[in-house]
Amino acid sequence: MADETPSRQQGNAGAQQADAGPLAFARAYADLPLPADLNWLWTFGAVLVAILGLMLASGLFLALTYTPDAGLAFSSVESIERRIPYGWLLRAMHMTGASFCMAALYVHILRGLYYRAYLPPRRAVWGSGCALMAMLMITAFAGYVLPWGQMSYWGADVAGRAVATLPLVGGWLGRVVLGGDSPGTATLHRMFVLHFALAFVIVGAIALHVAVLHKRGSSSPSGHQPTARGGMLPFHPYFTARDMLAVVLVALAFVLVMGLWPELIAEPANYRPANPLHTPTDIEPEWYFLPFYGMMQVVPDQLGGVLLAGGAVAMLFAVPWLDRGGRVGERAPVRLLALALLVGAAVVAACAGRHHAQGAWLLAGRVAIGVYYAYFLLFLPWLGGQGLPLTQDDGEKETSA
Amino acid sequence: MIRFVVARVSSSLLRRKWLALVGVLLLGVPGMAAAEGGKPGAAPAWSFSGPLGHFDLASVQRGYAVYASVCSACHGMEQVHFSDLAGIGLKAEDIQALAATRQIADGLDAQGRVQRRPARPDDRILSPYVSPAAARAAHGGVVPPDLSRIVMVRPGGASRIYGLLTGYAPDAQWQEGKGFRNPYGIANFTAMPPPLHEGAVKYADGTPATVAQQARDVTTFLAWVSAPHQDERRRLGVGAGLYLCFLAALFMILTRRIWSHVRK
Repeated sequence: MADETPSRQQGNAGAQQADAGPLAFARAYADLPLPADLNWLWTFGAVLVAILGLMLASGLFLALTYTPDAGLAFSSVESIERRIPYGWLLRAMHMTGASFCMAALYVHILRGLYYRAYLPPRRAVWGSGCALMAMLMITAFAGYVLPWGQMSYWGADVAGRAVATLPLVGGWLGRVVLGGDSPGTATLHRMFVLHFALAFVIVGAIALHVAVLHKRGSSSPSGHQPTARGGMLPFHPYFTARDMLAVVLVALAFVLVMGLWPELIAEPANYRPANPLHTPTDIEPEWYFLPFYGMMQVVPDQLGGVLLAGGAVAMLFAVPWLDRGGRVGERAPVRLLALALLVGAAVVAACAGRHHAQGAWLLAGRVAIGVYYAYFLLFLPWLGGQGLPLTQDDGEKETSA
Repeated sequence: MIRFVVARVSSSLLRRKWLALVGVLLLGVPGMAAAEGGKPGAAPAWSFSGPLGHFDLASVQRGYAVYASVCSACHGMEQVHFSDLAGIGLKAEDIQALAATRQIADGLDAQGRVQRRPARPDDRILSPYVSPAAARAAHGGVVPPDLSRIVMVRPGGASRIYGLLTGYAPDAQWQEGKGFRNPYGIANFTAMPPPLHEGAVKYADGTPATVAQQARDVTTFLAWVSAPHQDERRRLGVGAGLYLCFLAALFMILTRRIWSHVRK
């Protein structure tokens, strides 16, 4: 990341004085000064860490029974659900956790977009976060293939085909992902290793994400760095208490969905064993991939659809360069409206994906793609392109004047 | 244990809050609609439907009797072991005895013929056919579906299955290439001959075995097989939910107190 702005005063100052060691680290962590005006949306980072911890813990135990073989995977998952002591609970936590993790991730990202948390000096925080998002998405997809139900199989099939449309390397890459021309045992081995290994890479990347955040200081709702020490509060006890409350409230929603309304997140079709000879009438991914699936479907050209859907995710990486940082902290209603349009576009694209881009959904989905991309390619450059503060030393001032 | 004490301590205020929360969530819950009226074979109100439902285990046990004496002639439950039936309240000896009443395929003998032996508790409840091809040949090109998750994977769930079992016309006739007319079948036809008959099953608890009663019991059994830990999961949801409400209240107090020193 090309952040030239030196780290600010509110960085992790305590770490330099204290000796190294876990206790000193914890003390420095607890003393981290944060802007006092952080609101509840800043708790979702802690919520994500809690959910990912749960995913890791439950996943490790699930892996003890799970068998990545096309002939055995489905019944190994069934035996987890039916016979392994509390296997049903482990799997329910892992399944609910996947949905909650992606939901919390989306809230976390939308918060960053709305408050423009990606602006210097936090480009590296945003970049590491985007990398985390991409890894989480890959992990979630790989995990969904593992139970080897109908949706797992045909989801892997669709993904393999999508990858295969890429020019030059597509065909080769598609075979690498699937381990053959169609999903099978080789696919399961790949997905299992990917799912398991990426989980630990993600843990490392979270450590990096948090370390960079501590170095650069937290963003804040106002968008300005509070200069006076009075505008800051230590992480502990102010934000630890609030984060704990947020985690408990999310846990409450979690157990209610897991215990009482599992049908909100479970896909019944995936309880049918994978059948390569029978294509289900409705192939659809989990809700968190539906917007991108919808974008893929409403474009007539296959490669174009794949590129537009992938680009919708890739856009997030480019955000710090699309928004050049003008008008910091201004135009909150406009930003909110634009963000609402972005979310609306994603929802419409998801509905289009759900209805297989038929009838009016085809048109609606195409409009949604336009609105989605307009946020990144028109709104953000417009927002950041004017009234750049004079203190900005990014070298972009001349071009935006 | 602790969480129930906690729940009691947390007083009516929290309970009301929890109920309000549940009420709010209820608004967004799909698939809660009760039985559809009007059509023949309208389903009864299921004890297990809704977020706080629970299985009527007596009905589940009777349902196993119907499955064992009627459905199992064609349908298997591949993912279910006989020992899993402990979950419906059967004792280990009962399970051993009822497993032994079924013959299952166990490899080939020296002449290459399929060997059969009485089932043991750790055997799967398999289809009576050695292969899908054999099942297809025996049923005019249709494979009787596996029932392990039938209530979960069939659109319409329990009520649709009840409707299918009871929705045949009184003089249902096989129509060539289509099957039996049944409003709950796929495109109004099903390949399954009317399976249930008055008094065809003898219930150990003396319940009169009407067709409606059998259909109700076997549907309840199939719903249990599709989600064997549902009751446990719901209990956990309620218990942990109450506990977390209490914990959230404590953290709310703590957060307010900590932040009370900060002027906005």
